[in-house]
Amino acid sequence: MQTRNSKTQYGWVAVLFHWLMAPAIIGMFALGWWMVGLSYYDPWYRQGPDIHKSVGILLFALLVARLLWRWINVEPAPEPAPRWQQRVAGAAHWLMYGLLLAIFLSGYLISTADGRAIDVFNWFSVPATLQGLENQEDIAGVIHEWLAWILMGLVVIHGLAAFKHHFVNKDRTLKKMLGRAPHE
Amino acid sequence: MKKLAVLLFATLIGASAQAAEYQFDTKGAHAFVQFRIKHLGYSWLYGRFDKFDGSFVYDEAKPEDASVQVTVDTTSLNSNHAERDKHLRGKDFLNVDKFPTATFKSTAFEPKGDGKALLKGDLTLHGVTKPITIDVEEIGGGKDPWGGYRQGFTGTTEFKLKDFGIDYDLGPASQTVEMILDVEGIRQ
Repeated sequence: MQTRNSKTQYGWVAVLFHWLMAPAIIGMFALGWWMVGLSYYDPWYRQGPDIHKSVGILLFALLVARLLWRWINVEPAPEPAPRWQQRVAGAAHWLMYGLLLAIFLSGYLISTADGRAIDVFNWFSVPATLQGLENQEDIAGVIHEWLAWILMGLVVIHGLAAFKHHFVNKDRTLKKMLGRAPHE
Repeated sequence: MKKLAVLLFATLIGASAQAAEYQFDTKGAHAFVQFRIKHLGYSWLYGRFDKFDGSFVYDEAKPEDASVQVTVDTTSLNSNHAERDKHLRGKDFLNVDKFPTATFKSTAFEPKGDGKALLKGDLTLHGVTKPITIDVEEIGGGKDPWGGYRQGFTGTTEFKLKDFGIDYDLGPASQTVEMILDVEGIRQ
């Protein structure tokens, strides 16, 4: 399997980015949703948010690397479909990138609102920058939660669309993202 | 009858002239609304409300007529930790989206001598109104260096969070919160 993308095929780097981040992002949503309901004496009360913040920072770094990789690679041509569908799909992909960035940023602004740094798995820490805005942690918190729900809505549509391409249209959309099946 | 009316009028004038109204010195931040609650039963956690306002009526000659009212902006909670503040403002605790203010209105003031007193009144917190009693101590009062007249008190009270409908479990040692109120009023 090739490293870089071609006109017809994703390279393994792009495939790896996608399948590394997809379960991590969905898992982060589940973790975030679950951890805010924990009781004070739950062993996960501190561990859950620690992991959520650490993984969030790492995902941000991955997304930046992914966008750079995308920028220096060609995009495989989309499967034949009506023009509007291709446009909507393209817009949805960019919307997901944008939502992810906004979610990472708002999450970061919650935890660093008072100037505290975010510790990533006791490995390194990310210092606060923008801090001390009026009720910063509350406003960032509302944005973080809403955007996460919107992103999950898009993820569901994105997944359903992939299955529709695979089972209804029987085209190579999903196979390409799995890094398989070059043109026979 | 006319005599009585004159006497009554004179008494009213006299009373209103002595019982001065004081505004909390929030502008100069010589007033604090603080709380403390035990963490796990191992230490005290302190927090405060940064935004509030209030006034009191106080007459040194007739302290039993004193009255106090305070309005607290619950969104201004500050415990020196943003993530904790967010949690305390949220639905598990103060639910400030729904209950952005807490108020206290006194109903009685009972001097106990030695500058100490019991201040009784209704506290509205988290949408629940309940009577509470605040132990008050007069710290001092008199002219300030800038042409004004001030009077200051400290007050403490405690209540169970559950009594005000806040039932997030912080553990058996953390059921009760103490409030520490320090105010300096400027005579109007």
